[in-house]
Amino acid sequence: MASKYSNLTFKGYRRENGRVGVRNHVVILPVDDISNAACESVANNIKGTLALPHSYGRLQFGEDLELHFRTLIGTGSNPNVAAVIVIGIEPGWTKRIVDGIAATGKPVTGFSIEQNGDLKTIQDASRKAKEYVHFATELQREECSISDLWVSTKCGESDTTTGLGSCPTVGNMYDKLIPEGIHGVFGETSEITGAEHICKARAINEEVGERWYQMWKAYQDDVIEANKVDDLSESQPTKGNIEGGLTTIEEKALGNLEKIGRECKFIDILQPAEKPDKGAGLYYMDTSSAAAECVTLMAAAGYVVHTFPTGQGNVVGNPIVPVIKITANPRTVRTMSEHVDVDVSGILRRDMTLDTAGDALIDMIVRTSNGRSTAAEALGHREFVMTKLYRSA
Amino acid sequence: MLSQTHDTGHMASNENIKERTTGVTAPHFLVHSPKDNVGVVVVEGLKAGTEMLGVITETDTTLNLTAKHDIPIGHKVALKTLATGDTIIKYGEDIGKMVGDAGEGDHVHVHNLKTKRW
Repeated sequence: MASKYSNLTFKGYRRENGRVGVRNHVVILPVDDISNAACESVANNIKGTLALPHSYGRLQFGEDLELHFRTLIGTGSNPNVAAVIVIGIEPGWTKRIVDGIAATGKPVTGFSIEQNGDLKTIQDASRKAKEYVHFATELQREECSISDLWVSTKCGESDTTTGLGSCPTVGNMYDKLIPEGIHGVFGETSEITGAEHICKARAINEEVGERWYQMWKAYQDDVIEANKVDDLSESQPTKGNIEGGLTTIEEKALGNLEKIGRECKFIDILQPAEKPDKGAGLYYMDTSSAAAECVTLMAAAGYVVHTFPTGQGNVVGNPIVPVIKITANPRTVRTMSEHVDVDVSGILRRDMTLDTAGDALIDMIVRTSNGRSTAAEALGHREFVMTKLYRSA
Repeated sequence: MLSQTHDTGHMASNENIKERTTGVTAPHFLVHSPKDNVGVVVVEGLKAGTEMLGVITETDTTLNLTAKHDIPIGHKVALKTLATGDTIIKYGEDIGKMVGDAGEGDHVHVHNLKTKRW
């Protein structure tokens, strides 16, 4: 049924594979930690490119290695990226990432350092990066339907105001836009603890709900119970959460889950950085609750705009995905206004309805998709953090 | 609100609850559900002795309570007398148990409330 949101459009970059991006980056992507220096040199040589240095990529194996490849290939494949230079120490794993990104049809070229050295690699890669900048800067935005948007969410530095205001605002947005055909995703497995019965009941059917519950329980048993040395009272909730008035993980989880609104059901469960393939709708991704790790994984799955409710003022950003900050805490609005994109503190004063707050967020999503820089982008927040499952060999 | 409910709360019978009139001043604290036995202070600098106005957001009803402590913004206030071992209800759900006592209007946080998990 048509709603007032059905005719929403934005101007985005339609990519070779039909997906739509809201940014137009030329990314210089290291395969491994020791290729960061070459990537940063290329990005310094060629203006308009973006290096994504990170800490891993050597001697990983098994599922941890698969996650590494999935994250890097997914990052390069994200529709917010126009073209990619990949640099690795050796050609084998470099080619694997190039081939993965090339499946989208976008321009991508790999360079390896062994038998070339940093300097020759930087020179060759810089020439190709310059070509890509010319290519990307001639691309034009075109009008796209709201249904072309993939919008992720994860909250951070939560407090009691997130459960009262900013998380329900995101939930209201999903209740309005999921029916219009957007892709959504939420996650933060450890942070559902205390609300797992509610989350399980929000699956589209019993089979998905049971798979969700087994995933959540495996994390409890294999990670929390296996590694904890106390009751996690200063880790989950965090010291910042406690300062903001959150006392227990159950309380934090109930506020967290307000992000999925009142109507939405999640249709599938994604591995970290896994691309959804069941069509439009809301997905659950098995992620850490650490902000930069979670946003990086959701970006690698192909989400192009992130909505980030915060209470005490998490300042996280992402290099390729605009991160929209929403807060209901009037103290955070007063003391950290440069980080806030959407102020919903009126919900706490009871002079702003949830419906109005949700519409304000939708307006900011559209403006951001059209090109408005988020606070995190303007402030240079480019946290790109790989999730590591266990020690390298 | 999330749809699950428990049957352990008592606030629905609180005689202080009344139908909300429109255009009231901004509340000092908010309560998610009529089942809850704690509320959340939503103003800065709240001092002990303040006659507080609260709103239950689910029902849009108001209640009055006197703060017994200085309570920071975002922190919880007891809506009734709470004894060690009592289950604390917020969002209409179990969020942990009291490990100390609290009177009506007292500050409830890590010094007297703890998770039942982990």
